[in-house]
Amino acid sequence: MSDAAKATADARFEFAAYDADAGERGGYSNYSYWRSTINVFLKNKTAVFLLFVLGGLLLFTFIQPLIPGQKNPLEIFIDPATGIQYRNQRPSAEFWFGTNSIGQDLWARIWSGTRTSLLIGLLVGVVEMVIGIAYGALWGYARKLDRAMTEIYNVLNNIPTTIVLMLLAYILKPSFWTMVIAMCATGWIALARFVRNQIVIIRDREYNLASRCLGTPAGRIVQRNILPYLVSVIMLKTALSIPGTIGWEVFLTYIGLGLPLSIPSLGNLVNEGRLIMMAPELRYQLIFPTIVVSIITISFYILGNAFSDASDPRNHV
Amino acid sequence: MLKYSIKRLLQSLVTLFIVVTAVFMLMRLLPVEGYFGDAYDKLTESQREAILQKMGLLDPWYVQIGNFYAGLLRGELGVSSIYRRDVPVLEVIAPRVPYSVRFGLAATAMSIFLGLAMGIHMTRHKGRLWDKTWTAYIVFVTSVPSAVYLLFVQLYGTSLFKVPLLFDKYRPSSWILPVVSIAVTGIAGYAMWMRRYMVDELNKDYIKLARAKGLSDSAIMTRHVMRNAYVPMAQYLPAAILATISGSIYIESLYSIPGMGGLLVDVIQRQDNPLVQALCLIYSSVGILGLYLGDLLMAAFDPRIQLVKSEGAR
Repeated sequence: MSDAAKATADARFEFAAYDADAGERGGYSNYSYWRSTINVFLKNKTAVFLLFVLGGLLLFTFIQPLIPGQKNPLEIFIDPATGIQYRNQRPSAEFWFGTNSIGQDLWARIWSGTRTSLLIGLLVGVVEMVIGIAYGALWGYARKLDRAMTEIYNVLNNIPTTIVLMLLAYILKPSFWTMVIAMCATGWIALARFVRNQIVIIRDREYNLASRCLGTPAGRIVQRNILPYLVSVIMLKTALSIPGTIGWEVFLTYIGLGLPLSIPSLGNLVNEGRLIMMAPELRYQLIFPTIVVSIITISFYILGNAFSDASDPRNHV
Repeated sequence: MLKYSIKRLLQSLVTLFIVVTAVFMLMRLLPVEGYFGDAYDKLTESQREAILQKMGLLDPWYVQIGNFYAGLLRGELGVSSIYRRDVPVLEVIAPRVPYSVRFGLAATAMSIFLGLAMGIHMTRHKGRLWDKTWTAYIVFVTSVPSAVYLLFVQLYGTSLFKVPLLFDKYRPSSWILPVVSIAVTGIAGYAMWMRRYMVDELNKDYIKLARAKGLSDSAIMTRHVMRNAYVPMAQYLPAAILATISGSIYIESLYSIPGMGGLLVDVIQRQDNPLVQALCLIYSSVGILGLYLGDLLMAAFDPRIQLVKSEGAR
């Protein structure tokens, strides 16, 4: 080899200086889990549309009473000619969705009820999610606490909700907040069990075992190894719990522990409609609230599934 | 494992004691007026006192609860005080249980069988027509309140299939609609979760490997995807079967089936304390047992799950 060639080779293969930060730079990626999740979610046009539908629905329930010419949902309308209430009037220009059996305007009642029920659903859904996930994660992961937390679950789960609700209704007056408190107090239990089951399934998988061997603290394993793994199912469950709350409210009204008729809600509207549905000409009183309930539930169901799909990192690329 | 089971079941007895005591106390906190129902205004003060005295409600609480547990240890659950006055609690409950259990088991079997089949079918046709059709069914069932569509099932089901409107012990054809009605909701639930778990599983890398190895689609489904998808469902299975004892509140009132559905809600509202306590004792035992058996079944389905501490686990 000639001297000249040797010189160029040396210049090309010089030792690099040691750089302590280089390792950090190599490990860096601008991938952000939540940003990617949201990006994938936004690509789903149906889901985005339904998000707007739900947002619009909630917004409209607040705007509707401010529109001029709207009726008071609690006012009983009386025919000035005869002095009798407008009972069971079919939908008309005056009463857009008709009137109910005591002459209240169904259009105004439905929007007022949607507002109440959606707010209950959202509030209870968020509280359920926070308490349920926290309790479920601890219950599933901490083997030492397992026995104690299982027993707490058993106690809370087996005291009938009806008793709790009756006591609450007796101590406090039945109202919006009583309903929210009662549902929050009992609703998180099912989610906690769900999260716990999921965690029990994956807590001893090899990658968690490896993390533990490397000395990763338990809190970090739960937050980084386990919960992200479960985002998709937890999101679906939470999205369903909001319409679930509305369905639950319908059920509570059915057994006579729902909101009083002076606070319209989708629960008592559906129940009122159910009572008179044997008369086909009065079925509009059942169909209108049911349509609203269905729109809300369908939206949440599809949103939940879309978000579940988006939250799986394997779908991110 | 045996040691774990024994410990856990002993623990359950303590839990049961706490639940029953809590229910006992909570019932005593309810207003006294509730014991009389509509008759409250018609009774004089001394008549009310006499009735309460007879029910033993005027004793101090520790005497009441002492009497209750003493009775329980002798195997007596007491007599119904309001719902069916002076009839032993067990005689009120016993004839109702078989109806609820029979309907419940038939419906649960139907839900699991059809629900899982539907979920698997949806996964295999993910994103195509069948997936969308069944999704529409699930969305419909979850979105329309069951109080509404079950009424329509009863209304149109009876005229369409020429079956009786109400339940009749002696006519087996009257059993069809209640079972179908209970199952309609169950099928949707099982199918939805089966699909979710299978789709999540299908996305995993080991499935890609299995496919690259040349494993057939059906082998991947049965040997890998389904086995993993069953695990989270297994936890709820024993509880679902045991819970059939409590009946279905809507269905039983719709078809007037003399079962357990609604009995608890009814007796709580009428404050029939002995019946409430007995029912809570039964339901809690069943609930606790369901959770325990669910854990065992889940561990049996997936050998990686360890309920007891062993090497390598915490």
